[in-house]
Amino acid sequence: METLQLPPQWSTFARQTDWVFYFIYYLSVAFFVAICAAMVYFVWKYRRKPGVMSEPSGHNNLLEIGWTVSPLVLLVFLFHVGYRGYVDLTMPPADAMEIRVRARKWAWDFEYANGGHATVLHVPVHRPVKLILSSEDVIHSLYIPAFRVKRDAVPGYYSTMWFEATQTGETDFFCTEYCGAAVGTSEYREGDPNVGREGDRRHTGHFSMIGRVKIETRAEFSTFLESILRPPTDPATGREVSPEVWGSLIYRSSQCNTCHSIDGSAMTGPSWRGLFGRSREFVDGTNRVADANYLRESILQPNAHVVRGFNGVMPSFAGTLRDQQIDALIAYIRTLR
Amino acid sequence: MATAESADHGHEEHPKFLAHHFDTPAQQFDSAKLGMWVFVATEILMFGGLFVAYLLFKSQEPQMFLEAHHRLNREMGAANTVVLLFSSLTAALAVRSSQLGKRKQTSALLVVTILCALVFLVVKYFEYTHKFHDGLLPGRFFTAHLPEHAHNGHVLPQRAHMFFALYFMMTGLHGVHVILGISILTWVLIRNQRGEFSPEYFTAVEIGALYWHLVDLVWIYLFPLLYLVG
Amino acid sequence: MATEVADSHGHGDVDYNAPYLTAGKGIKSWLLTVDHKRIGVMYLISVILAFFMGGMFALLVRLELFAPGRTIMSAEYYNRAFTLHGAIMVFLFIIPSVPGALGNFVLPIMLGTKDVAFPKINLLSFYIYVIGATFSLYSIISGSVDTGWTFYTPYSTTSNTSVVSMVLGVFILGFSSILTGLNFIVTVHKLRAPGLHWNRLPLFVWGMYATSIIQVLATPVLAITLLLLAAERTMGLGIFDPALGGDPVLFQHFFWFYSHPAVYIMIVPGMAIVSELLATFSRRAIFGYFAVAMSSLGLALLGFLVWGHHMFTSGQSEFSTMLFSGLTMLVAIPSGVKVFNWTATLYKGSIALTTPMLYALAFLVLFTIGGLTGLFLGALNTDIHLHDTYFVVAHFHYVMMGGTVIAFVGGILYWWPKITGKMYDEKMAKVSWFFVVVGFNVTFLIQFIMGSKGMPRRYYDYLPQFEIYHKVSTVGSWMLLVGFLILAGVLVKSLKSGPKAPPNPWGSAGYEWQGTESPPVFQNFRETPTITRGPYDYHLCTEAELFDGFPEDAPKEG
Repeated sequence: METLQLPPQWSTFARQTDWVFYFIYYLSVAFFVAICAAMVYFVWKYRRKPGVMSEPSGHNNLLEIGWTVSPLVLLVFLFHVGYRGYVDLTMPPADAMEIRVRARKWAWDFEYANGGHATVLHVPVHRPVKLILSSEDVIHSLYIPAFRVKRDAVPGYYSTMWFEATQTGETDFFCTEYCGAAVGTSEYREGDPNVGREGDRRHTGHFSMIGRVKIETRAEFSTFLESILRPPTDPATGREVSPEVWGSLIYRSSQCNTCHSIDGSAMTGPSWRGLFGRSREFVDGTNRVADANYLRESILQPNAHVVRGFNGVMPSFAGTLRDQQIDALIAYIRTLR
Repeated sequence: MATAESADHGHEEHPKFLAHHFDTPAQQFDSAKLGMWVFVATEILMFGGLFVAYLLFKSQEPQMFLEAHHRLNREMGAANTVVLLFSSLTAALAVRSSQLGKRKQTSALLVVTILCALVFLVVKYFEYTHKFHDGLLPGRFFTAHLPEHAHNGHVLPQRAHMFFALYFMMTGLHGVHVILGISILTWVLIRNQRGEFSPEYFTAVEIGALYWHLVDLVWIYLFPLLYLVG
Repeated sequence: MATEVADSHGHGDVDYNAPYLTAGKGIKSWLLTVDHKRIGVMYLISVILAFFMGGMFALLVRLELFAPGRTIMSAEYYNRAFTLHGAIMVFLFIIPSVPGALGNFVLPIMLGTKDVAFPKINLLSFYIYVIGATFSLYSIISGSVDTGWTFYTPYSTTSNTSVVSMVLGVFILGFSSILTGLNFIVTVHKLRAPGLHWNRLPLFVWGMYATSIIQVLATPVLAITLLLLAAERTMGLGIFDPALGGDPVLFQHFFWFYSHPAVYIMIVPGMAIVSELLATFSRRAIFGYFAVAMSSLGLALLGFLVWGHHMFTSGQSEFSTMLFSGLTMLVAIPSGVKVFNWTATLYKGSIALTTPMLYALAFLVLFTIGGLTGLFLGALNTDIHLHDTYFVVAHFHYVMMGGTVIAFVGGILYWWPKITGKMYDEKMAKVSWFFVVVGFNVTFLIQFIMGSKGMPRRYYDYLPQFEIYHKVSTVGSWMLLVGFLILAGVLVKSLKSGPKAPPNPWGSAGYEWQGTESPPVFQNFRETPTITRGPYDYHLCTEAELFDGFPEDAPKEG
């Protein structure tokens, strides 16, 4: 429920955090009213009158020890409830679904386990979600008010946060660590929710590193996971990119690049450069031309035919890469002459 | 008005060296000394930041620190330690002789102290130029990981620049303090030559020596941290 | 003899018993003065200029936020504007404000001495301030800074703005702060008048003393941090750069190791002033004098132990987070002690609602809000939600502005007759109080709600649901402007044509009002005072002592 002070409670943490918030709130109000009432009363009652002197002041040990020690009890309690809530915030359940979050000036990228990417954070309802954050440049911070969670993305480190959404809907996320601004080169479009404008140009910065969180039912979320495996849209044309371009994106996002070079040098695995159509010699002594069928087999059953000079260490991408993606990869490899 | 004047300035015991707002020489001396101690605390905290950074990065990469520190010249560092310790002694003796009113001896001891400080800087100069030559420079100027700077066929890892970043920041900041110390001691020396000090008033000598002890103290910590990693 | 002493001291042939404002003539007698009162006045002028400059940037920031999207400036200029607002207000205004201006003027008089322990170092500290300020201003005209006043790495090491000159400016300003603190510590220890025991020290002196300790111990850490930052930018040192194996979070540790204690450098002097104001205008000793004095030292100590509470979301270990949260909670104890004791001081007092007293009471209310909202930020899970939102902005403005600035203005008005020898227009001063206090609350109270609803700080643009809050807040900033302009008018008018002030216009028992003229003579006291009672012992004062300045207020019937 949304209140005057706080956003809607859409995560399992929200109730606990809000309880602490309102506990401090009412405590503060009571304390504040008491201080103000005493002050106003004293100022009125003991206003300066001719002939009336002030009474000498002093100190009262009992009173003073009282108002030093009694807040201590409250403070220890406050610390305790705050810390208990914090421990929950830092301990994701083991079965949490992982989403990799990369921050850079000035955009967030969410990468899902199936290798797909999104700029809108889709999460399933009633399922723990663990975000693993990192940054490419300066410090950013991911903040989802409706979930009461926030964590810095620090360059050179991984940090984690987690939450479990309690209802479907849409809410906002923000960057809360200041990270600058610049006047971009592309044109401002009317109604673009995420960017300001500088003349006719798009204007990006810390303030535009915001976006939407979509909390979806299990079925909606699976549809979403499917959809991110389709070729991405080219912002310039508004159409899906060609299979070759998509393949080059998968080459990096599925991290083929950690073992396969595209410049001819041998890494853990053979280079992709000039691979297509060449005859391969395998450790078992057989030969085969690297055609589309061979490449498909190498992706899905990498150890069926291991090229001479290499070890069969590649994991299978069956179930990770879908048919269309494999086609795109092969299309990409064909371009590497 | 006249009474007030005499009450405040008419004391026979208000000598020339005593500033207007102090009542007694002891008060002035104690104030100056306390002031210097507070300043020493400030300086130690300033170096403290660097010590914390040093300990943090050393705990992360002890092996790299060990490897990198072999490129420092331990003999020169040790020599400088001895020189500074000796100069601290002469500075302390200068205070003593100033206290006893031996002006010439004080000057001689101050000169020795300043000379030691200069020797320290000269040694440091040779150390620095050697490091520059070997590409052992902080940050982006660090080139010792390149093959042309191999030392007995051994190159440092690129991350060793961190050790040298700390080395140059720490010894550089200390070097600035040595130069400041030389200026302060020279100023004290000139005043001593002018005959401004006496067994009743030797505050500046005391303060200058105290500052010099600080410079020495910082080096006592820097030397094992940087030259004797183990 | 007197001339001789003066010569050795650089005073020339000043008349020691002439009012300090006219004891030496010409601009040189001001620029080269070693008189703590004149240095205090020069500081006062400088920090007021800095305040108006910082305030101008604040108004620009608020104006830009009046409507979503571009209102008056681009995002890049907005980032510069809020950075300069913060940097100027923190480093050029609030840190030197109370110690530099009022502390310099009042502290030696309260101690019954002729000057601070090292008058020349005092002047040096002022000129270091001027040089530091010049560097900072140079940075503004040479491309300005857009890092936020916190200079977080790696943003500050990669920003293409003029960071190095600003950082050097702040580095230099730090030495000014250190030297002032050093001077005060030694002065309090060594230059107290005969009979002025520690338990007779005015609470303003206790506050200044606690502040000085923090200045001396914390500022050098800032100095080395900024030096490393400058080296990082110029040489690519790598200590804070993750790409080179450094640690960007280390910068935050270093920075807050200074900047959290610095928060107490800012607020403890405010509390120190308020103790004086409440005692004088209630004609009553501060209740629990010893507890109030010790709570200043307690805050100074705790200030060093809680820096990590700025980094609860940064990824420091859970253990340190827990530790810092627990220690942060403890800050509420000395703060609470002060608030309770101040309120108890009013009980059975004889309260006059002059403008300085109104400022003191406003401080009490606003600081209570500022302190209580600190609890939301000290408790861990609520801090995770509120960190880096407008809630934090509102919280520290309640402490820094509602606290220190309000107390500073109260202090200026309180000591104004002593500093200038002139009275000011009490009625117009009250009007300015009304605008300042109401404007302040309109500006910042609503920011608590905006923040807890999720509005992040340092945003150039915002989502439509936050528009109404920003609009109200901006209107409040205009009321603040009106309030401060009226106040400036009151002070200027007083300088030009204010009636002459009696030595003790408030009927205070404080040492600075008792033994001196308004304005004081060059050497403060015609005769070195001997202290025989506490600074708030109204019951030990004779009627003549108390009602010297207020003949019309003196009890007719005895």
